Amino acid sequence: MDMFNAIVQVLDSTIRLSVPLLLACLAGLYSERAGIFDIGLEGKMLVGAFAGASAAAVFHSALIGLGTAILISVAFALVHGFASITHRGNQIVSGVAINFIAAGSTIILGQAWFQQGGRTPALQPGERFEAIIWPGAEAIRDVPIIGPIYAELISGHSILVYFAFAMVPFTWWVLFRTRFGLRMRAVGENPAAVDTAGISVAWLRYRALICTGILTGVAGAYLSMVQNGGFVKDMTAGKGYIALAALIFAKWKPVNAMFACLLFGFLDAASIRLQGSPLPLVGKVPAQFMQALPYVLTVILLAGFIGKAIPPRAGGVPYVKER
Amino acid sequence: MAQAAIELIGINKSFGAVRANRDINLEVARGTIHGIVGENGAGKSTLMSILYGFYQADSGEIRVGGKPVSIHTSNDAIALGIGMVHQHFMLVDNFTVLENVILGAESDALLKSSITKARSELDRLEREYGLEVDPDAVIEELPVGLQQRVEILKALYRGAEILILDEPTGVLTPAEADHLFRILKQLKDQGKTIVLITHKLREIMAITDTVSVMRQGTMVATRTTKETTVGELAELMVGRRVLLRVEKGQSEAGAVKLSVKNLTVKDQRGVTMVDNVSFDVRGGEIVGIAGVAGNGQSELLEAISGIRHAVSGEVMLDGKPIDLTGKADPGELRDRGLAHVPEDRHHVGLVLAFEENENSILGYHDDERYLKGPFLDVDAIMADAKDKIEKYDIRPANPRLKTANFSGGNQQKIVLAREMEQDPGVLIVGQPTRGVDVGAIEFIHKRLIAMRDQGKAVLVVSVELDEIRSLSDRILVMFAGRVVGERGPDATEGELGLLMAGVEHQEAAE
Ligand SMILES: Nc1ncnc2c1ncn2[C@@H]1O[C@H](COP(=O)(O)OP(=O)(O)O)[C@@H](O)[C@H]1O
Ligand SMILES: [Mg+2]
Repeated sequence: MDMFNAIVQVLDSTIRLSVPLLLACLAGLYSERAGIFDIGLEGKMLVGAFAGASAAAVFHSALIGLGTAILISVAFALVHGFASITHRGNQIVSGVAINFIAAGSTIILGQAWFQQGGRTPALQPGERFEAIIWPGAEAIRDVPIIGPIYAELISGHSILVYFAFAMVPFTWWVLFRTRFGLRMRAVGENPAAVDTAGISVAWLRYRALICTGILTGVAGAYLSMVQNGGFVKDMTAGKGYIALAALIFAKWKPVNAMFACLLFGFLDAASIRLQGSPLPLVGKVPAQFMQALPYVLTVILLAGFIGKAIPPRAGGVPYVKER
Repeated sequence: MAQAAIELIGINKSFGAVRANRDINLEVARGTIHGIVGENGAGKSTLMSILYGFYQADSGEIRVGGKPVSIHTSNDAIALGIGMVHQHFMLVDNFTVLENVILGAESDALLKSSITKARSELDRLEREYGLEVDPDAVIEELPVGLQQRVEILKALYRGAEILILDEPTGVLTPAEADHLFRILKQLKDQGKTIVLITHKLREIMAITDTVSVMRQGTMVATRTTKETTVGELAELMVGRRVLLRVEKGQSEAGAVKLSVKNLTVKDQRGVTMVDNVSFDVRGGEIVGIAGVAGNGQSELLEAISGIRHAVSGEVMLDGKPIDLTGKADPGELRDRGLAHVPEDRHHVGLVLAFEENENSILGYHDDERYLKGPFLDVDAIMADAKDKIEKYDIRPANPRLKTANFSGGNQQKIVLAREMEQDPGVLIVGQPTRGVDVGAIEFIHKRLIAMRDQGKAVLVVSVELDEIRSLSDRILVMFAGRVVGERGPDATEGELGLLMAGVEHQEAAE
């Protein structure tokens, strides 16, 4: 039974840890499907986290915090769009620049506004998103097997967690069942086909980037307003890059993205759980090894051992009609 | 005279320094098939892409059905009933036929109703025109002929009344082309207007009502098809240029240095570009390959120089075979005495961002003359560059200048100097004077003849008929990937022109 409870606990933290990855990964899916590489997921999450925690602390409202997070993150996405769509700049350079600006500006503004060494004030109840306890969760907690699963895994998460998982089927539906999705997928494969079909390539790509900005904003808000009670400098800690790895691992498909993020979240949860305690057979596994695993798996995938990851064909290439 | 469906008035379009269209006027009557012919690069695609709203003209007016219109995007053109099948298909390769057809013509924000509607509409179009294609097939798995059908279906689905087809038969087998022409005639009978771009004169004669000829960005003539001949069109298309004959003596052909046997080359799409071509080049002679651009000359050159994979056949250099898998080591070919002046000096022949002296040894940089131990011997390279600059009269005479800052003619001289000064046994040259000013043309021609007189084997490919006639000791004419004739240097322009247009030998004699 102890073993079972331990597993449930690891799975519970798997869910918590994979939510920011999942949101960022779906965010990346929108832009990359539209043919814009976005290495700036990390930076947009970070400004989202900072803006969310700051606004929530100042206005004493979680919702205002979330709205601000989304707004600022979308603004950064539009900057990326301006550089790479309107001015046909290099998408990687623009993304890296956004990450640098995000890392620097959040610390400077945080210190200037709150004088807490780059932190934002600790959020009070009502300023963060609380866990939602589902009906009957406490009552059946003690029922074997089903009890802990319902109470720990299904119930007891914040609204943003449910939002993240709801975004998976929603994104699938948008991609494959709507006009916007059809056009977005097309513009990531062959923008000239979209152009000659009478659709504006630039406007379409901007809209995809706005979707990206919304999702990274929510991911940032999750970090600073759910997982943590405020903003801490560099709190994204490379999650944006892991999300990109997950996106490749998922071959740019929403449902795969969920499984990839759950896998990477699980590795993270397991490494925390296993810290210091030896595993049977292999002995003590260094935490660094577990943290590196997502990247190692992605490299193995890219090397072609687990099928082939074919990115959207027009990805990374600015659409230029006249040489 | 029928009412005009389209009028283009004074259209100008430049891409950077290239003037793709200059003051073009064109009128296409409603319910007719209008052909536009011209060599590659004449500006045909550009003109039609302007009408389709893909490019914006720098100046000029467009009228559709007599009314002046402004076409800023393809959407505007589609709304005016214009549809276009592009030379390079505008399809999303991993989409299904159905998805490609509805893209941009969806009926509402969800796909469901569009798909149902498109399915029944496609069914109708298929039955009406014999345009069969599986709506659920994925584009990249379809042969090019069917992909083209999807493009036509796309245009018809959007209700096109004016249909532009840009070189549609380039990718088709003769049977597929016939089927296409039947469809076009049927569309014409229903009152639709068709603009057909091609450089195949035979097709023009077979199917069009009127034909316009473009050359180097200008519209040189419009004729009623019944009242013109292939010969006249060929002449208009290729154009006469000032004869620039360089003095040269009799050739003294020696041993075979380069031998091509049954060479067949396909392009990426699997279309046969070089079809069972055989010929020899001897030391001390210049063999010229004439032909309208796009008839396989480029692919032939690339295969011989080991850049492009050949499907079958062999190429012997001094009696020993060249690797035709497309993976030949260019360095090894150079060591064996094969020098290559590529057609495209900007992308293949030079690194424009490099200094002149660097380009003047490119590819020979591991030659001992330019090395001092493991390092480049800068002094030797500079001395060598200065020497070439003097011999080839390259201006400005500055080996440190960035190559991009030289004019086209001087850039070409840099490449020629590099390749010729290595004293190769065989020299193959693609478009020796494309984009080169008149003074430099003469110089380059003299140099090529000097090579010949030293007993080298020289193979020249050019779309300039004058150039071929003034340089060559033997002229081979390529058409549709085959060598369709061999002539001496005294062949007349008309005779060669007809061969280049694919008119049979017998007809040419008449
Ligand atoms: N998108 C473009 N950007 C720059 N130059 C172009 C572009 N398209 C065509 N050109 C140039 O314009 C000229 C005319 O090209 P094009 O209209 O494609 O000729 P055609 O269809 O008759 O072969 C060529 O010199 C070509 O290199
Ligand atoms: Mg063209």
